[in-house]
Amino acid sequence: MGFRSKILISKSINMNNYDKSMSLSNPHPPFVDSQQKLAATLGSIGLLMMVLAFAGYSYSNVGWMLTLSCLMLSTGIIWYALRAYYHKIPGIKNDGVWFSSIAARGVLGWISGIVITGFYILLYWYPNMLGQSSGADAANTGLIALFDPLSFLIKGQAASQWFVYGTLYTMAILLFGFKFILKYRHNKYQIVRTISVMFFQLGFAFLLPEFFQAMNEPYYNFANMWPLNYYFFDDYNMNTYTGGTNFGLIMILWGLAMVFIISPILTYLYGKRWYCSWVCGCGGLAETAGDSFRHLSDKSTKAWKIERWMIHGVLLFSFLMTAAVLSTYFNNNSGQWVSKNLFLVIMIAVISFIIGFVLWRKHDIAKSGKNIPMFIIGSVGIVGLLVLFSHVMGYFVLSAGSLRSVYGFLIGSAFSGVVGVGFYPLMGSRVWCRFGCPMAAILGLQQKFFSRFRITTNGGQCISCGNCSTYCEMGIDVRAYAQKGQNIVRASCVGCGVCSAVCPRGVLKLENGSSDIHTKTDLMRTIHISEDEVKILS
Amino acid sequence: MHIVIIGNGISGVTAARWVRKLSEHKITIISSETEYFYSRTALMYIYMGHMRQQDTQPYEPWFWAKNRIELLHKHVDSVAFEAKELSFSDGSSLAFDKLIIATGSKSNKFGWPGQDLNGVGGLYHIQDLERMNKYSHGLQKAVIVGGGLIGIEMAEMFNSRKIPVTMLVREESYWNNVLPTEESAMINKHIKKHHIDLRLGVNLQEITSDDNGNANGIIIKETGEKIDCGFVGLTAGVSPNIQFLKDSGLETGRGILVDKFLETNIKDVYAIGDCAEQRSPMSGRRGVEAIWYTGRMMGETVAYNVCDKAVSYDPGIWFNSAKFLDIEYQVYGNIQAKPPENHGALYWQHQTENKSIRIVYDVENMEVLGFNLMGIRYRHEVCEKWIKERTPIESVLKNLSLANFDPEFYEDYETELVFLYNSIHGANLKLEKKRKWDFVRKFLSQKV
Repeated sequence: MGFRSKILISKSINMNNYDKSMSLSNPHPPFVDSQQKLAATLGSIGLLMMVLAFAGYSYSNVGWMLTLSCLMLSTGIIWYALRAYYHKIPGIKNDGVWFSSIAARGVLGWISGIVITGFYILLYWYPNMLGQSSGADAANTGLIALFDPLSFLIKGQAASQWFVYGTLYTMAILLFGFKFILKYRHNKYQIVRTISVMFFQLGFAFLLPEFFQAMNEPYYNFANMWPLNYYFFDDYNMNTYTGGTNFGLIMILWGLAMVFIISPILTYLYGKRWYCSWVCGCGGLAETAGDSFRHLSDKSTKAWKIERWMIHGVLLFSFLMTAAVLSTYFNNNSGQWVSKNLFLVIMIAVISFIIGFVLWRKHDIAKSGKNIPMFIIGSVGIVGLLVLFSHVMGYFVLSAGSLRSVYGFLIGSAFSGVVGVGFYPLMGSRVWCRFGCPMAAILGLQQKFFSRFRITTNGGQCISCGNCSTYCEMGIDVRAYAQKGQNIVRASCVGCGVCSAVCPRGVLKLENGSSDIHTKTDLMRTIHISEDEVKILS
Repeated sequence: MHIVIIGNGISGVTAARWVRKLSEHKITIISSETEYFYSRTALMYIYMGHMRQQDTQPYEPWFWAKNRIELLHKHVDSVAFEAKELSFSDGSSLAFDKLIIATGSKSNKFGWPGQDLNGVGGLYHIQDLERMNKYSHGLQKAVIVGGGLIGIEMAEMFNSRKIPVTMLVREESYWNNVLPTEESAMINKHIKKHHIDLRLGVNLQEITSDDNGNANGIIIKETGEKIDCGFVGLTAGVSPNIQFLKDSGLETGRGILVDKFLETNIKDVYAIGDCAEQRSPMSGRRGVEAIWYTGRMMGETVAYNVCDKAVSYDPGIWFNSAKFLDIEYQVYGNIQAKPPENHGALYWQHQTENKSIRIVYDVENMEVLGFNLMGIRYRHEVCEKWIKERTPIESVLKNLSLANFDPEFYEDYETELVFLYNSIHGANLKLEKKRKWDFVRKFLSQKV
């Protein structure tokens, strides 16, 4: 949240600055009125109180100061949103988006990108600078101490950097979710979907796990699942579930059911949107606080190529890492019914099968062997499999633990956190979901091959205007399909429905259908010249 | 064979793409407007800040080289049809084997005094957008002359930058030469709700200017009222952009006259899109139809013909769409502003929101003729199939859910429409709930 309010501050002081590099259209009409400036100022003061705490200023009455700070922040954002949308006639509200310094990668966009990135670096690797206590007996200071009263209220313990982060994160989704609903209040799909992400963030991702901890139960978010939740199978995590009451066992069973039963069924029925834009916290932040940046995603085919091999590379990495971690539960000596070697051999077979299937289907669809990303992933996969195999043979190239640490650092922290949110103002709100999330990758593969979901195109009504592609946060060139009268079936589509909303001609619709599941990408004709009408002139 | 296309709009570019699909001919597209094809219908979004200019380009720059389509950013001055050669304004020339003319339209000017002053112009080319943009800085007031689709777009554009707008519309109600009375009235109300000063039933007398040749106001013919403004938008329709071909031997009427194969009176010379005029248009259709969709269809058709595969131009069942500020509009089939006697209509309008459905049918045999939608999306293929197969209105109503294309969770109004029909005609129709894609697909694949 901290980051988004920074945006508000900067917006209020810098509306006269527009990108002068644009050859066309660089106006500066009053997109922000005086009330919005006041609202932004109010929110900024709330944020400033947190910044002061971070800078080392200690308040005498922390509880009141936290309340006041959060109240001012919230009021500022709500007031700003009301002024921005409430009095306006419901409809698409994208006026001036590309003239805004903050939303169009101007100076303010870069500043906020750097500030948010900085915040995440402190959060992940230097929490002591945020005031995280260094030992069990030491007290929190700074920003984290500011949140102690709330943490005590909810679970009777002092705050940690993750509590502070969770609180700010949840506030961001709720407050900017409110803004998003106001902005799209003519569109019922957007309203329902946004209420859903707000609900799952507040209840499942924030409050419930904190309550569990208050009850001395393990921290658990029922809406998070492997492989996004990459530490699910770690022994420290498993130990917390198995060490306590039966409740922990339920958590393990639920986690497995999510991966193997619930997710495949829901993805078959509705596509990956059930998770990515209805439930997931990363998606929730992208859809709400990140909404102002959705148009910044790169739509080029080059970016799509990079995306495919990055995200599938991460997926493969997470598979290999998980297999290695799981293998530590097995050994070759005691009388386990599955030996470590057998387990590894099974994992190698499963991963090989998935890689083989995807390569085969890709080949089948593209009818060409020129699929370089898939080739690279295939190669990486083979190398990875060899690594696993080396475990079987007994030479350890890399231990499961170190593989896990590398993954945690590179993917879990650096990619999903620092880059994933820090780069919102530079590369759009779904950088992580598009290029790095293994969960999105696996759901995407299923969406493409085994799901009823697609976006249908309405006959020949497309005017190639480009609003759909521009506002696609996943960088899908929606127009490329729509103007050909082709359905949009893309692994990356999170089903946010904004392309359909911004289309001025009513061309796009998110739909599910089982009868044409394997031909849903077939090209439909936008004009009607049938081959038998064509006569060859002699 | 070298196929040269003048104009890189939707018609010319579609022609080039299809020629490439059908042949290995050399293709050159010439445009003096822009280097790359962009979507003309998206001009307004650039001005409003929804998109950048590059976002309105449907193909990335590498597309052209990959498909071996050469782009020439030059201006054609004249065509020597006998010699099969084009002359450019820079003195160079280019030979062709077959020529496709797709030069589009230009904004109408009806000889109003002051129509060529600075700060006066239409909205068709990217240069028009540049002019609007240039005059928008510090602009206190804009006046738009002409209702229609471009007029309301221009009003929305100025509105987005908080520039007060007055719209002078000749008709008694917005676009009522195309829209039926109720729909037109809905748009009137909506325009005013956006604080656009809509003046109906008035004409432009003249545009006044200051000493530097800049427009500074307009005078209304009927009332003599003077309105001060720094920009005057001329949006009273468009006409074919063909002056450079006058006296070249090419037969022209309003546009370049073409036969059903889109060929002109000169062999190997074709014309498509806004600039073409059909010698014998299909019944119920106009000779010049300056819309995106017909341009695209002509582009595809002409490609077959230049590749020696004779295909006559058949635009099929009429369809169109637009967006009036916040209200989406779709039309399928034969909807008349002043319907003939055999046209009956079932018209439903939402009590509070800007949504309406009009289904027109033939009162003699009850066959459905057309659909007119405001604020509601209907499926193109489904409506087209019903119209093409002369489906009786009652059968359409029972299956109306098949047509609904609104996003999920949207309220459906099919029940209300059926109820309305039942109460008017004393019928007892029951709506079959079949909104899902699987049903639609099944319906579309049924042969009559």
